[in-house]
Amino acid sequence: MIMRDRMLELRDVHYGTGDKEILKGIDLVIGESRIQSIIGVNGTGKTTLAAIIMGLNGYRPHRGRIFFKGRDITDLSITERAKLGITLAWQIPASFEGITVKEYLSIKKNFTAPEKALKLVGLNPNLYLNRVVDENLSGGERKRIELASVFSVKPKLVILDEPDSGIDMASITAIKKVIKNFKKMGTSVLLITHSERMAKVGDTVSLLCDGKIVKEGNVKEVTEFFRKYCRECDHIGEIEEEILK
Amino acid sequence: MSIDYSKEFEMIAEVYKKTGGDEKALFDKKHGALIINENKVLGKNEIKGMRIEHQSLKNGVKVKIFVEEGIKIENPVHLCFGMLPKEGRQEIYSEFIIGKNAGVEFTAHCIFSNAKHIEHIMDSEVVIGENAEMSYTETHYHSESGGTFVYPKLRGEIKKGGRFFEEFKLTEGRAGTLNIDYEIDQDERSSCELLTKIYGKKDDRIEVRESLNLNGVYAAGTAKSRIVLTDNAFGNVLGEIKGNAAYTRGHVDCHEIVHGDGAKAVSTPKISVENSFARVTHEAAIGRISKKELETLMARGLTEEEAVDFIVRGLLR
Repeated sequence: MIMRDRMLELRDVHYGTGDKEILKGIDLVIGESRIQSIIGVNGTGKTTLAAIIMGLNGYRPHRGRIFFKGRDITDLSITERAKLGITLAWQIPASFEGITVKEYLSIKKNFTAPEKALKLVGLNPNLYLNRVVDENLSGGERKRIELASVFSVKPKLVILDEPDSGIDMASITAIKKVIKNFKKMGTSVLLITHSERMAKVGDTVSLLCDGKIVKEGNVKEVTEFFRKYCRECDHIGEIEEEILK
Repeated sequence: MSIDYSKEFEMIAEVYKKTGGDEKALFDKKHGALIINENKVLGKNEIKGMRIEHQSLKNGVKVKIFVEEGIKIENPVHLCFGMLPKEGRQEIYSEFIIGKNAGVEFTAHCIFSNAKHIEHIMDSEVVIGENAEMSYTETHYHSESGGTFVYPKLRGEIKKGGRFFEEFKLTEGRAGTLNIDYEIDQDERSSCELLTKIYGKKDDRIEVRESLNLNGVYAAGTAKSRIVLTDNAFGNVLGEIKGNAAYTRGHVDCHEIVHGDGAKAVSTPKISVENSFARVTHEAAIGRISKKELETLMARGLTEEEAVDFIVRGLLR
């Protein structure tokens, strides 16, 4: 991949808290209009990776650099990264007391119209625009509204942290469609999941284990490896070379 | 409409409009209205079934508003209490007498947008008759000086089956020194909802007491407050409900947000029951704005300040 095609690049990114190293030298490249899945069981550093890329408070690499479209963004704030076109949808989205869906989807100038953003995630604007973004929405509704919010800011790269967790099958199908729509619109997606079914939406998959990417590439190959060795994983941090071969 | 078309009236109507009020409602005949500046009644409009009596005092006005039995007032009644000068004292002694089976909605605006040192005393008595309904939303617009000293006091009685909704909102300008003291007695099967929303800044001092006495069987009430404190502002909220009769239901819901190292908040839910079939609950939270809420908005491109404003706007709506 030539440099200008690289939407995001992580070079030897390390991060930890106290004595514990959570990310142990992540190298990762995501191309333009590509869906890159990151799969791993709980506790392998997936959400930390999302936080590092978005630049959340307290998440700065101890070593290594992060590049976005060739620019070093390692020291930029969340807002600065968002203004470049990076955004994040959390596993459990935040609630906003008193804020309607319409307002939530209109927070940025030049946003996609809220009606359009809702339609893109399969929600009827007439039923949702005036609802409040709080706990009265179901998990599936809230997730879809979060994706609509991501759409609304027209990002170049979106990080989706476990978009399928805690929701029903119908919503999962809708969310998969939404992720593919991101790609069609030219947005790159970093799809973080512990589900091989969801990971298969990606063009390529990287397997994260104990803070390291231990396998990456072909979707079928990596997800089958994950199913065979990781779902019942009892050797985090001790992956034997023979298995990886 | 017996209006004194003085310059004062026009000025206060203009401010009323700027602060979000429907100034046309102050002129037309469909809406009941009362407009007061300092100790002068600049205008009033009585509509069918509603009577307004008033008397000017040295530093204010005494007002009685009566809604007749069985009368449902179709349009909101607009009340405008203002002090256009920069300094002074205004005392409003008001009585609201809502007849049996009547219904009325009041929209009140209190305007102190030029204040350098203004004292505003609002001493109200409310009597809501059997199966009557009254809604009272009071929105304050203060200057940025912090020189407003506002003391709203309300004593209310809701008779059997009556309903009362009261909202106090002060989110524009500085709260200054604000001391709210509301206490309502409720008869059987009555309901009451008190809601207070205040944005305190700089060295504003805010004291709120919302108290409900659920005296009749099946009486229900909530005392809810949303206070945001920034800079060195101080807020102290007491939400108090007494379940004095069987099957009464009460809930205190207080949420204070502090943003800034100097802001301080105190919240005290005080609940009691004197009947084993009564149930009164409370929830109180004091804290910073959620990091996740902030970071979600910042990840959409807002600065931290913009994100805080957005969250606060929703909370205080």
